[in-house]
Amino acid sequence: MELLNAIFVKPFADMAAAPDFLLQVLWEGLVGGVLYALIALGFVLIYKSSRIFNFAQGIMVVFAALTLVGLYEMGVPALLALPLTLGVMLLLAISIERVVLRPLVNQPDIILFMATIGITLFLIGLGEIIFGGENKVMITEQLGIPTGSILFEPFGGFVSIEEKDLTAVIGAGLLVASLLVFLNKSKIGRAIRALGDDHQAALSVGISLSTIWVIVWFIAGVIALATGIVWGARAGVSFALEVIAYKALPVLMLGGLESVMGAIIGGLAIGILEKLFEIYWGQPLLGGNTEAWFAYMLALLVLLFRPQGLFGERIIERV
Amino acid sequence: MLYRTAGQFKTSYKADHALFPVRQDALLLGFILLLAFVVFPLTASEFTFRALLIPVLIYSLAALGLNILTGYAGQLSLGTGAFMGVGAYACYKLLTIFPEMNIVIAIAMSGFFSAAVGVLFGLPSLRIKGFYLAIATLAAQFFLVWLFQKWAWLYNYNASGAIQVPNIDMFGITVAGPRATAMTQYYFVLGVVSVITLFAINITRGRIGRMWKAVRDMDIAAELVGINLMRAKLTAFFVSSYIVGVSGALFVFLWRGAAEANLFDIPLSFRVLFIAIIGGLGSILGNYLGAILIVALPVIISTVPATFGIPVDSAMVEHLNVMIVGALIITFLIVEPHGLARFWAVIREKLILWPFPH
Repeated sequence: MELLNAIFVKPFADMAAAPDFLLQVLWEGLVGGVLYALIALGFVLIYKSSRIFNFAQGIMVVFAALTLVGLYEMGVPALLALPLTLGVMLLLAISIERVVLRPLVNQPDIILFMATIGITLFLIGLGEIIFGGENKVMITEQLGIPTGSILFEPFGGFVSIEEKDLTAVIGAGLLVASLLVFLNKSKIGRAIRALGDDHQAALSVGISLSTIWVIVWFIAGVIALATGIVWGARAGVSFALEVIAYKALPVLMLGGLESVMGAIIGGLAIGILEKLFEIYWGQPLLGGNTEAWFAYMLALLVLLFRPQGLFGERIIERV
Repeated sequence: MLYRTAGQFKTSYKADHALFPVRQDALLLGFILLLAFVVFPLTASEFTFRALLIPVLIYSLAALGLNILTGYAGQLSLGTGAFMGVGAYACYKLLTIFPEMNIVIAIAMSGFFSAAVGVLFGLPSLRIKGFYLAIATLAAQFFLVWLFQKWAWLYNYNASGAIQVPNIDMFGITVAGPRATAMTQYYFVLGVVSVITLFAINITRGRIGRMWKAVRDMDIAAELVGINLMRAKLTAFFVSSYIVGVSGALFVFLWRGAAEANLFDIPLSFRVLFIAIIGGLGSILGNYLGAILIVALPVIISTVPATFGIPVDSAMVEHLNVMIVGALIITFLIVEPHGLARFWAVIREKLILWPFPH
């Protein structure tokens, strides 16, 4: 009885008793969710255009953030380091296409997936050799991102919103919007979608597979850099950031591997739900740190009823 | 000359399907067993036992378990480390609740716990496939490691939160714990690994193994010819996690001596996966070759440049190791997707024909 009370009654009573705290929790969850959605977006983009499950997206986030901070530490001005980092990501995209993807064209999905695990390890080693393994501070102020915080006073309590989180949410929204416009309206965007539908048909109407792959991986690199700046501003830049890549995987399961909308909605939903669960159920009942697995268990439950995820395409197999 | 098969006639199906249809294979295996059971123990130093021989055996056992699931039954899993953890913690609890229990029985039984957990997390495989399943096994990874940390009963409410291996005797000889010698531990591990390998070879050759391969190659066709998909997938999860659990128990009790929950985190899962990939998916021999390569690589990186007068510090060894493993995986996928085991198969073909090219 007491347990039922603690599961079904008390959390909601707590929420009603302190609505300002609830708002704060929801905001924190939303900001986390935006980051998950960004990483998931990088995955979806590559999966849609080439059926590659890009495990390296997480390490690309770390690599981009490290390059940015590393260049700044070498004495490059912050606003010059940003385009230089973009250049590095382009170089990375070109070399991945040349060295890894081109020889593996037409291999089974699973082989390409393992190849991206190989890329992950290679980049971890390379990044540690170049930039060292220690924690770095993101150059938030130097990039012109505000660092103060705004106080609200709803329901007699107060809610604090950090300006850099607000900037991140708005920036991510703009990035996603421009990406959607690019994918839907531009010629390259159409080519990307054509490749996702059918490689051979796209090739036969003159779309260059390798060019599009480079473009897609570069866009994924840009998204990675944006994610790296935002997350780095919150938690510092280190290889531990890679963990958030693992948080984006259940988002993909929930949203479906090939749905841009799914990645965004799934990311926000998981960000908010896992925060709520952690604060109101996880800490009092389960000893905390439930954020490590909550998203996975949620995704697993959803998959049992909808194997293709909430927004995924139904896979129909014919023999 | 070495692999001349002339004169070895098979006059029955039984002979054709024997474990060693070619006599030289049996001789080679006998030679390897002689090395493993007699020559290595006589010549190896304490360091070689602890840093090379024992870990190679344990990692190849874990990779063997994963290979049955991924290489034979085609179900990609990223949760191997957690299942090793289940085996280790189960063995620890068994030995603390029943201190009189023989350690062989404890290890054999701890496998069943991880097999049960493995089947539980294998259930989604009936509905989801491919990448979705790989992520589902990551759920096991994150949830179980969290459980190892939070459920204090599992580590007997230790202040440190780690499990510590006590001295355990078997027939008057200490086989586990701080007092045990490296050589007895090596023999113990070698014995367990040999028995399980023999079992794995036979199960993959037989009816169940062929059922798994059919599911791997095309599940719908397998179902059409009358294979029960549910039974095939769940037996694969059962056998695989049993072997992985045993390797986890060996990992802590006969090698590391102590373990925290973090030990069974994702890097361990990935290391085992790399061994299986580099060695060759769908091959028993490959697990050993892959394990030798992965375990020996950091030792090679730290010793070989040093002999040429270029000392490499230990942090650099670690970074280079990670980088080279990543590059190796990509290279293998491009050059030889079937791994090291395939290389040996090619060499063997050549040796049979030698000295003629075709």
